[in-house]
Amino acid sequence: MPSDIPLVRLVGLSKGFVKGKETISIFERLDIAIPSGDFIAIMGPSGSGKTTLLNLLGGIDRPDAGEIHIGEQRIDGLSETELARWRAANIGFIFQFYNLMPMLTAAQNVELPLLLTKLGRHQRREHVKTALAIVNLSDRAKHYPREMSGGQQQRVAIARAIISDPKLLLCDEPTGDLDRGAADEILSTLATFNRDLGKTIIMVTHDPSAAKYARRILHLDKGRFIESELAA
Amino acid sequence: MNDWMLIGKNLFRKKLRAALMLLSILIAFTIFGVLAAFHKAFTAGEDVAAADRLVTVNKINFTQPLPIAYFNRARGVEGVKQVTHLNWFGGYYQDPRNFLIVMAVEPETYMDVYGADLEFPAGMRRDFITNRTGALVGKAMADRWGWKVGDRVPISSNIFSQKNGSHSWDMTIVGIFDNRTPRLDTNFMVFQYDYFDETRSFGKDMIGWMTIKTTSSSLNDRVAKTVDQMFANSSYETSTDTEKAFNKAFAAQFGNIALIVVLVVGAAFATILMIVGNTMVMAVRERTREIGVLKTLGFPGGRILRLVLGESLLLALLGGLAGIAVATAATMALSRSLANFVPGMAVTPGIVLIAVLLMLGLGVLTGLIPALNAMRLKITTALGRS
Repeated sequence: MPSDIPLVRLVGLSKGFVKGKETISIFERLDIAIPSGDFIAIMGPSGSGKTTLLNLLGGIDRPDAGEIHIGEQRIDGLSETELARWRAANIGFIFQFYNLMPMLTAAQNVELPLLLTKLGRHQRREHVKTALAIVNLSDRAKHYPREMSGGQQQRVAIARAIISDPKLLLCDEPTGDLDRGAADEILSTLATFNRDLGKTIIMVTHDPSAAKYARRILHLDKGRFIESELAA
Repeated sequence: MNDWMLIGKNLFRKKLRAALMLLSILIAFTIFGVLAAFHKAFTAGEDVAAADRLVTVNKINFTQPLPIAYFNRARGVEGVKQVTHLNWFGGYYQDPRNFLIVMAVEPETYMDVYGADLEFPAGMRRDFITNRTGALVGKAMADRWGWKVGDRVPISSNIFSQKNGSHSWDMTIVGIFDNRTPRLDTNFMVFQYDYFDETRSFGKDMIGWMTIKTTSSSLNDRVAKTVDQMFANSSYETSTDTEKAFNKAFAAQFGNIALIVVLVVGAAFATILMIVGNTMVMAVRERTREIGVLKTLGFPGGRILRLVLGESLLLALLGGLAGIAVATAATMALSRSLANFVPGMAVTPGIVLIAVLLMLGLGVLTGLIPALNAMRLKITTALGRS
C-alpha cells in the first residue's frame, strides 16, 4: 500500500518549448505529490506532456521553473554528472521499444547498470541471475535480443530496470509494442513489483486496459491534471 | 562484463565493417614498418659513426680516387692519431647477383682505426698483416656464405680487372671478425691493398678514401681544415668531414629516404584518418539511441566519451599491431634477400614505439569527434524526444 510520505513532489513545475518565435507551454505551475509505493498511470492525448513529465521525473530533461523532489533529493538543480549518478541509483526506466543493446545477450543487457556500481564480477552475475529469474527468463540469459519475442525483450528491459533496486520505476508506454497477452504479462509483473516489493511506479500509457493495472489514473491535458481516479 | 568488453562488442557488431577498417589500418602500418626499417638501415651508418673519425674523399665526389701519397702526408698532421685508406672493390662471389661489400685496405692502420668497433684478436691481426692474399671477413658475411678461416675464395670485381684480364682475385680467409656493438653490421670483407694495387690493370697508386682517427673529437674541425688546405689547388683536392656526415651523405645518394617515408606514410595515414574517422562518426551516429539509453541508465558523459574513444583506440591498436607484425615478417624476409644492399634492415624496438604512438594518435584523432558528440548528446534528443 502507498505510504503517506510522498516519494515524488512537483512544486510549480513549468516547461515549454520554442517553436519558431513562439514559446509553447506544456505545463504551467504544475503541482503534484505521489506517495511512496504508489502505482500511477498517466493518460492523456498526444502532446499533452506525458513523456515530458516522465523525462523530468527521471532527470533526463530540465524544467523551465519549479522544483522536482524525489525522496529527499531535489533534482532540478543537479549537474549532468550528478543527475547521471542519481539516476543510476534511484531510477529504473522501461521504454516502449525495449531499447536493449543488440550486441549484448539478455544477461549482459541486464548487467549494464551494475557496471556503474562497485560490485565484483561474481556479485554482478548473482544479481543478474536473480533479476532474470524474477522476470521468468532464466533460460534466456544467453540469448540475444533478436532471438527473443517482444514480450521477452520487454521482460529483459524490466530486469535491467530493477537490477539496481531503484526507488522509482518510470515506464513509457511499456506495452505499446506488444500484443494483449504479452502486455498483460508485463503489466502483471509491474503490478507484482508494486504490490510485493513496494516499488513506486509511474507509467505513461494510451491504453485504458493497461491503466487498469495501476492503483490510480491521472489524466493530463493542457498542462493540468484534470482528473484523478482510482483504477478499477 | 566490463567496459573493454562493451567496447569490443560495439567495435565488432558489424564484422565486415570492422574487418575492412582493421585491414586499412593494417596496410598503413605495414607500409610504415617496412619503410621505417629501410630508413633505419640506410641511416644506420650515422648511428655507428665514431666521433673521433674523419673521412677524406676527393672533393669532386667520393667515387673519384686520391693519390696514395696523401696517406702519408695526412699522418703527419697535428692532432691525427692514425690514418688508414680504403678502396671500393665492387665485389661479387661467383655470380654478379651475389653482390659483396669488399674493400681493399692497408691492414695495420685499418685495424688500428676500426679496432674500437670491430674485434681483431692478436693472431688475426698478425695473419692479416703478413698474408699478402689474406682477407678478413665479417661474421655476418661468413655465416651467409658458410666460409671459415683457411678457405680460399675467388672474389670478382665488377669495376676492376687484373693485368692478366681476369676480374677475379683469389683470397685466403685469415680471420672472421665480429663487432663490438650490435648496431654495426659485419656483412663485409677487407683484403690487402698491396695485393690489389700490384695486380690491378689500372688506377695504380690511387686510393678511394682515407679515414682519419683524431686524438680528440674536439680537434676534428682543425684537422679537417688542415688536411683540405694541404691538398688545396692540387689535381686531387679533398673534402674532409666527420664519419657521421660522410655516412649521411652516402645514404643520401639513394634519395631522401626520410622524406619518402614521411610522404608515403603521411599519404597513407591521411587517407586512413579520413576513412576510419568518417566510419567512426557514422558508426556512433547509428548508435545514437543506444547512447541515449546508456545515459538514461546513469552512464555519465565522461564514461561515454571513454567508451567511444576506447573503440577507436582499440581499432587502431589491433590494426596497427597486426600491421607491425606483418612488417616485421616482411622485413625479415626482405633482409635476407637484400642483406648485401641494405644490411641490418629490421623493425627495431624504436620503430615499434613510434608505431604505437602513431596508433594512439590515430585512435584519438579518429575517435575524438564522435566521442565528444556522444558525450554532449542530450538524452531527449537521442531517444527521439523533445
